[in-house]
Amino acid sequence: MEKTPFTHGLALDKDACIGCSHCMKACPTQALRVYDGKATLMPDRCIDCGNCFKACPTRAIYVKQDDWNDIFNFPCRVALIPSVFMGQFPPEITVSRIYSILKELGFTHIIETESAVPIYTAAKNKYAAEHPNIRPLISSFCPAIVRLIQVRFPGLVDNLIPIKAPIDITASYIKRKLMKEGDYHEEDIGLFYITPCAAKIAAVKSPVGEEKSLIDGVINMDTVFNQVYKRIKMQGKNYKEQKLPVSQLSADSVLTSLTNGERRLSNAHHSYSIDELHNVIEFLEKVENDEIDDVDFLELRACDQSCPGGILTCDNRFLIAERMFARARKLADRERRGEQAKDHELEEERTFLMRNIKVGEIKPRSMLILDENTSKALEKMTKINEIRAMLPHTDCGACGAPDCDSLARDIVCGNAELSDCIFIQRNLEARGNMSSDEATKILEIIWGSQKVNEFVKKK
Amino acid sequence: MHLEYQVYEADFVNAGSASSAVKKTLKQLNINPKIIKRVVVALYEAEVNAIAHAYGGTITADIEPDRIRMVVADKGPGIPDIDWAMQEGNSTASPEVRDMGFGAGMGLPNIKNNVDKLNVSSTVGVGTTVEMEVMFV
Repeated sequence: MEKTPFTHGLALDKDACIGCSHCMKACPTQALRVYDGKATLMPDRCIDCGNCFKACPTRAIYVKQDDWNDIFNFPCRVALIPSVFMGQFPPEITVSRIYSILKELGFTHIIETESAVPIYTAAKNKYAAEHPNIRPLISSFCPAIVRLIQVRFPGLVDNLIPIKAPIDITASYIKRKLMKEGDYHEEDIGLFYITPCAAKIAAVKSPVGEEKSLIDGVINMDTVFNQVYKRIKMQGKNYKEQKLPVSQLSADSVLTSLTNGERRLSNAHHSYSIDELHNVIEFLEKVENDEIDDVDFLELRACDQSCPGGILTCDNRFLIAERMFARARKLADRERRGEQAKDHELEEERTFLMRNIKVGEIKPRSMLILDENTSKALEKMTKINEIRAMLPHTDCGACGAPDCDSLARDIVCGNAELSDCIFIQRNLEARGNMSSDEATKILEIIWGSQKVNEFVKKK
Repeated sequence: MHLEYQVYEADFVNAGSASSAVKKTLKQLNINPKIIKRVVVALYEAEVNAIAHAYGGTITADIEPDRIRMVVADKGPGIPDIDWAMQEGNSTASPEVRDMGFGAGMGLPNIKNNVDKLNVSSTVGVGTTVEMEVMFV
């Protein structure tokens, strides 16, 4: 089992947290608790899906990012942009205009991360052909899904396709290309990824199955969007743009980060694409039980509509997806007229990229295991069942845990008390085993003195 | 630890709920996922048998530190010749049940391939009891 907790993209600002527990209820891996009036994150359980970020009413949960000025530490500053970024802007804003603004903002080179899709797809299909006994194969495109499988479905870890994501392939391509052209040394080149979500940050800061990412920094998509959009507004309505050569992707590549994007390019006979974490969890339970026959390939994405639903995107996910479709339709028309997409440039380096395309072993790190020792785990499990039988199963969350099952587990693991449950407290009070002051004290420990003073002790 | 579930005749919608519940427990006990999978596949098969071929029944699972014992006891038509039914392709399923896609004659052999010990006892007209054991190490 992999022991070291990975670096997370999500973080919590305790000062901004009002202890409302909305995040705790939204978390699909029960990774949050409320203690002393503040949310606390259990790093081993968090998969960086961002559901808590969406649920937080005070922006206490935020997405960490590198300082924009870090890019100026490098003479050569490459922006690695996922094509979902282009979908943030209204159709009249051309890709070329976005590129030129990014250059004004300080980047020297721009490449879309989906440039590597043709090679990524070839590598996945090759892996599928070489491993006919592993089915279903699961795409590792979405880093939140990789982490979900590690912590909740450890038995399916071997089904993940151990191929680098397009972003990593594109990163090694562009670095190699710039060095080959001879203008820059390796240390002169800074690769910066503009991310639509927290999971991709975790993937860069602490890649699964790899030592270190090639990417030097991550900047959040909303931050970049604000900068670019401000310039667009400053340019005004009558702005005449100078056409800039853009790295023209194929239609297939533009669509990859949308739901169905990988599935439509897969050779698999039977495949499914499933988006949104709860849908994915429901489906994986069935896959784990072998209840679904004849599945060759699964494209699983943590967000509804896939990357357009990322927590750092700047518009409605359906609008973003449609803009990406519109761009893909235009590109497909061009392809039909015989213009070749520029992402074929990567073909020059196909041998090199294919040689380095695999990630190392993806290890399970189950959050579910109660104890390494099965006998001890069984004892704990028995205790948990005894405690569960005593709890009301209202899942009210007043104990600071998301549901009664989690409280039972926390109690047995020594992180909570049975008397944290308000039903148990009333029972103890009714039997004369707990004073009203003691019950209030427990509330204070969980929800903080401020809330208790404001709502309980108020005269 | 002792777990117990009821299954009902032709309740296909809930087929798999007992095996899912057992799986959920085993996943917390640091048992090799491959072994968990064998347990779940065997139990699911037996569970579906009780739903599809019999009139429902009782499922019990007893988990010990080194093994799990599972018993699926159904009330049903019973199996006249168990040795015959243990062979791949042989099935006692009625034509109606076969029409639903069951009764390919893979059930008991599939269970046998996934467990360490298997005992099937049956009385025609009364029911069938499938006892399975899987070792954790």
